[in-house]
Amino acid sequence: MTSSNLWTDGNGLAGPFHDVFCVEVSTAIGRCGNCGRTGPMAEVRVFDHAPGLVARCPTCDQVLLRLVRDRGRAWLDLRGLVYLQLAVPDQT
Amino acid sequence: MGTVSRGFRGRRRPTVELPPGQYLVEDFPVLSAGPTPSIELEDWEFTITNETGTQQRWDWAAFRALSSEQVTVDIHCVTHWSKLGTTWEGVSLDTLLADAETSAGFALVSSYGGYSTNLPLEDLTDGKAWIAFRYDGEELEPEHGGPARLLVPHLYLWKSAKWVRGIQLLDSDEPGFWESLGYHNYGDPWREQRFWGD
Repeated sequence: MTSSNLWTDGNGLAGPFHDVFCVEVSTAIGRCGNCGRTGPMAEVRVFDHAPGLVARCPTCDQVLLRLVRDRGRAWLDLRGLVYLQLAVPDQT
Repeated sequence: MGTVSRGFRGRRRPTVELPPGQYLVEDFPVLSAGPTPSIELEDWEFTITNETGTQQRWDWAAFRALSSEQVTVDIHCVTHWSKLGTTWEGVSLDTLLADAETSAGFALVSSYGGYSTNLPLEDLTDGKAWIAFRYDGEELEPEHGGPARLLVPHLYLWKSAKWVRGIQLLDSDEPGFWESLGYHNYGDPWREQRFWGD
């Protein structure tokens, strides 16, 4: 493996996040807490050849989120994001 | 360049014995939580900072002038692969810590690129850890942590921080990058300490 294929795009977040939250995170909009870049999470860089999953800003490499999964539990760190704008059903 | 001595040779076993939950690999998988940093040797530095803030610093020339050791050890990744008989050259932490004035019990290791990991200071001493700069007879490739990485083979490999930049000696333990998010604070592969509570 070379450094050029250590990461994939943000579509790699879709499966793991759907398992945890039942939300489609790859189509969400995220704002980087470091540089302020705002855009689709599908465009972030996902490093998943690691003990956990790490998503980094494509502009400044800031860690946006981290997800670690064990048997029957998961840990999520979203400190690198100012916000996530998620598509959800209308409230009725 | 420093002198080379034969150092710790790792455990010798008549048959292959792996920690629980591990499988054997022959290649050397590359795992990384971020992009491989580009580190010019003229810019490289390694520091040890004690609990009172006193700092020792080595540039690449000073680091490479220290006595080094060749070590052959087994390595175990928390993602379940193990690789046996890996050969490294590095400077023992005993050498680097020789002049450190400290009564600290803990170490927080930091890397170029922002990674960090923590461990008890006693796990870095007495011939158990090195700052490695050569693997299998070649200069350590950037993807495996070059120009230099921590090597602590008796713990899961996430503790052997790639692209190591410095060590802080601390009176109280401070969890690192993975230890703060579910991974075991100590990480002994023979006790299968992968996650919190293991």
